[in-house]
Amino acid sequence: MVDFVEARKIVEKKDKGMKSKLMSLKDAVKLINDGDLIAIGGCMYSRSPIAALHEIIRQKKSNLTVSKALTSFDGELMLASGCAKGIITSWLSVAVVYGVSKVMRHLVQNRLAAYEEWSHYTMALRFKAGAMGVPFLPTLSLLGSDMIKHTSAKEITCPFTGQKIALVPALFPDVGVIHVHAADEYGNAQIEGYRFCDEDIARASSKVIVTAEKIVSNNKIRREPDKTAVPFFCVDAVVEVPFGSYPGECYGLYEADLKHIAEYAQYGIDKGLEGAKEYIQKYIHGTASHEEFLSTFPLSRLLDRQRTVREILGE
Amino acid sequence: MEYNTAELVAVMSSRVLEDNKTIFAGAGLPLVSSILAQKTRAPHLTIIFEGGAVAPELMSDRLPYSTNEVRTARKAIMIPTQFDIFSLQQRGYVDYGFLGGAQIDMYGNLNTTVIGPYEKPVVRLPGPGGANDIISTCNKIILSLHHMKRSFIPKVDYITSPSYITGGDSRRKSGLIFGSLYKVITHLCIMSPDEKTGRLKLEAVHSGVTPEQVQENTGFELLIPDKVPTTEPPTERELTLLRALDPEKRYITPKKE
Repeated sequence: MVDFVEARKIVEKKDKGMKSKLMSLKDAVKLINDGDLIAIGGCMYSRSPIAALHEIIRQKKSNLTVSKALTSFDGELMLASGCAKGIITSWLSVAVVYGVSKVMRHLVQNRLAAYEEWSHYTMALRFKAGAMGVPFLPTLSLLGSDMIKHTSAKEITCPFTGQKIALVPALFPDVGVIHVHAADEYGNAQIEGYRFCDEDIARASSKVIVTAEKIVSNNKIRREPDKTAVPFFCVDAVVEVPFGSYPGECYGLYEADLKHIAEYAQYGIDKGLEGAKEYIQKYIHGTASHEEFLSTFPLSRLLDRQRTVREILGE
Repeated sequence: MEYNTAELVAVMSSRVLEDNKTIFAGAGLPLVSSILAQKTRAPHLTIIFEGGAVAPELMSDRLPYSTNEVRTARKAIMIPTQFDIFSLQQRGYVDYGFLGGAQIDMYGNLNTTVIGPYEKPVVRLPGPGGANDIISTCNKIILSLHHMKRSFIPKVDYITSPSYITGGDSRRKSGLIFGSLYKVITHLCIMSPDEKTGRLKLEAVHSGVTPEQVQENTGFELLIPDKVPTTEPPTERELTLLRALDPEKRYITPKKE
């Protein structure tokens, strides 16, 4: 990982022109190099950039390290596909109801993948420190736990108060990948509802790929600038991907397809890593694009996910 | 009225929550207990979820599977970022932290990282999520677990989320100067930490349970006072409200031993 000085230099050299960065998902994912540290937006199966992750798997990227505050099947897929050799997160399983992930257990226990464990807040702080352009942030989390011994966190005596305090190092991902509700062609990205760590991921990362449910005009962005989570100059690629978080959810637009997530979980429960690989073969390598992946589901299923979210929010 | 062990834990947990407080509730039982408290004795209890939702109003026939999804954020007054929600907690704004757990020791420390050695685990568990943060900086920590000997062990293999660490003043000395373990609520009893030693002490047993039975199901020596009161069983009203909250019985189904 680049340090905070290097990370700053990368940003200084970035082309900050307000020009169109619209491209295909295939081209956007080509910005990711083998061996990169990537950061994924969203939390668990909410607004995770699934379409982009599937494309990473289709392009058979390798030796990636994936960071995300809290992961679900997205984290499992990155490891099970062989694209990622390690994960930096606070939690990894499909969902609480499916118990401990057999896929994760197999990979981590046999040292086929590294699991660098932090707490949820300290993950957010690591992205925040990166977003601030500083090398670390202080917190009371981790103190007294075994995590402080097994991570690169440090315990110091506060120079102002004399209290013990934990310091967590900044994360400067090579590429941040986020999915948002709307973006213009320049990369001004707007998020509704849950914001999670996405704004900080975009600021901390050297390169940023934004997938958006829809591309809107620059005028539309300027009409609601308070919704803009990421300004264009942080962004390197913009891709329109409707249902880009499916089978996960995108706040206000569609609920997660819990039936499909349960189907995925069952592959892992029944056959562990081999099961996850079967799923990847069938649903990801077996489809050429996110559109094709979506077309494996009946339209009624997608429409139903849109309907239930409106019911929940009382629209 | 008959009730199962999960319902018992949910009701007992809801009773310890006071009105006009804020609570950071984990997914599962903490979530339904907190809502039950709002519907019974704590109508002004404000629930906060890990994903960021502040004061949401959940639909009982659409309970969420996680603390980070649209179902969890329904009618929230605000959804701050992940950094912001935990910072509000670290700032001192959260009165209760309410968690479940897999493995707990005599000092109330939780392990959700590894069974066995860290470098060569027998079972790699999912990780802390926000539990480490919640246990470190909420004011009063409530833990709810199914009471089994293999879950209540003398020393956890890994302290993912620390309560009284090695007892005495070790929590304060570690730098965790705010907040502390308040109650551990199981289907057999309610425990709280002994003020001096930080060790778990039996506070009350549930109806039909003896202190001896609690000890038999605990893998370490529990501090047991001479007189142990018995809790009032769940009332018909509490159970009716609870069942209406979780009609699919997703969370109020008893744990398998």
